[in-house]
Amino acid sequence: MTRSGFFPALLRAAVLSIVAGIVILPLLSTFLGGFKTMGELRSSPFGIPAIWDLSTYSDILFSPLFWTYMRNSLVVSLSAVVLTLLSASMAAYVFAQIRFFGSRYIQSYLLLGLMFPFATAIVPLFIQIRDLNLLDNPLGIILPQTAFSMAFAVVLLRSFFQQLPKELFEAAYVDGCGYIGFFFRFTLPLSTPILATVGTFVFVQSWNNYLLPLVVLNDRSLYTWPLGIMQFRGEFLIEWNKILAFVSLTILPALIFFTFTQKYIVAGLTRGSVKG
Amino acid sequence: MDTLTRKRPRHSPMARLSRMQQDGKLTTILFFLPPALVLFTIFVIWPIINAAHLSFFKWSGYGEVTNFVGMQNYQRLVGHSVFHQSMWNSLKLVLASILIQIPLALAMALLIYRKTTVNTAFRLIFFAPYILAEIATGLIWSFIFDGDYGVSGQIATALGIEPIYILADRQYAFMAIITVIVWKYFGYHMMIFIAALQAVPSDLIEAADIDGAGPWQKVFYVKLPLIAHAIKLSAFFAIIGALQVFDIIIPLTNGGPSNSTHSIVSYLYTYGLAQLNVGYGSAVGVVLFILCLVSAFGYRRLALTKGDVL
Repeated sequence: MTRSGFFPALLRAAVLSIVAGIVILPLLSTFLGGFKTMGELRSSPFGIPAIWDLSTYSDILFSPLFWTYMRNSLVVSLSAVVLTLLSASMAAYVFAQIRFFGSRYIQSYLLLGLMFPFATAIVPLFIQIRDLNLLDNPLGIILPQTAFSMAFAVVLLRSFFQQLPKELFEAAYVDGCGYIGFFFRFTLPLSTPILATVGTFVFVQSWNNYLLPLVVLNDRSLYTWPLGIMQFRGEFLIEWNKILAFVSLTILPALIFFTFTQKYIVAGLTRGSVKG
Repeated sequence: MDTLTRKRPRHSPMARLSRMQQDGKLTTILFFLPPALVLFTIFVIWPIINAAHLSFFKWSGYGEVTNFVGMQNYQRLVGHSVFHQSMWNSLKLVLASILIQIPLALAMALLIYRKTTVNTAFRLIFFAPYILAEIATGLIWSFIFDGDYGVSGQIATALGIEPIYILADRQYAFMAIITVIVWKYFGYHMMIFIAALQAVPSDLIEAADIDGAGPWQKVFYVKLPLIAHAIKLSAFFAIIGALQVFDIIIPLTNGGPSNSTHSIVSYLYTYGLAQLNVGYGSAVGVVLFILCLVSAFGYRRLALTKGDVL
């Protein structure tokens, strides 16, 4: 469409710029809003701040609670990533490498997890977490998140492991390398791209998750950032500049993280959707 | 490994087991499978089964589960107007997705699917909202829609009329939510379409060029039919997504005004979990589960009859 002349090209540029503007404007005004006073926010919510007031941002950056929330979220998300990668890749390795009776049934069993979101069973899940004494415990979020990522992780990892050259295993086997040794010495190191894809996905999901921490955590010192931000909003109901600054500070790391990992995110999202 | 197992003669099960043990296969299975299976069973399968069981009881979550009420929870659900509204809202989300979001995503994908630097930049921008947490997105847009500060405040001031509080207005609140959801997720669908468009063989496009096809003809007769499977997949994701909406509604409207903007999950949370009506919440969960299952099977049928696979 671009090759057919000046006007189509201009139209294309205009359409793209308008859509990009609609995407960027809310983000930009959020970021700028944190620098404004309440009065200015009211008179010019989307403009450039007349005076760049740094106090709102610095108040949040110097509040220990903000860092507590961020640290809690980081601990939860990283643990979920490590645990998912480890348990899912071990299972996927067994499915890809060893033929045994029941393998298919177990795989179909795990695939059930692809079909529903965890909201469906959130009430019994809450009871389960409580009965395991994991309420107000980061593990009460980490373990269910790992479990709910399992199906998706196993599917992606298994298909990658199956594509690794078979000759490699045969050669290692002849040299006396067992199944477990092969997994740690060859399979994992050769699978970094897919591990990065799955890891990034699990991380983003865990980092953004709200429902599960909402149900599991009561103790404010354990709050992950989505809970913290809602708490903050409850306290400063209409002090929008504070809320916008808080939001900016939490989405900024996400956006930076995204620019570095988008390759993996896009890979995870489109894998399987292209070939059907 | 195929080559190693093929040579092996058939033995009795015990002999097969001991042979597996010599290979170290059995040890590997016994060490490698349980972590995934145990976690999955405890936190995914068991709660789902338990939901089906608990949905027939009235239970506050403490003590023995003894108060069997049969289908009462389901009957209450079927008769509850707020639940009807939440189902209707989910349907509206699906429709908005198919009528607004997917066409928009397709248009953008067609405009920028070729690999150039400028296109990559646009792609990144359009996809960025997908990365944001729903909670943060909801907060940002509740500012935009705020009658005193946001867009509607600004417009009202410019026109010199009373500010409109979109999110507190029964008529407009859900439209606002739809806007936010389209804003956040169209980039995700666009990415699926871009990947599919890039996989379209270029000789087909060239053949169409040689035959003298115009740009619109190429889109409608070559490109769209070739990415039909991606469009179907995208519609499926939109349905599953619409069934799951929760986080984004909480900061925007929290289900209000007068319970008109609940999604199924926010309904489940408000009426089942927050009040610890375990039985009732489980019943809503079971209904949601069935809806997911129906759409998954529906999708598979649709996809399989046309020769594609998920």
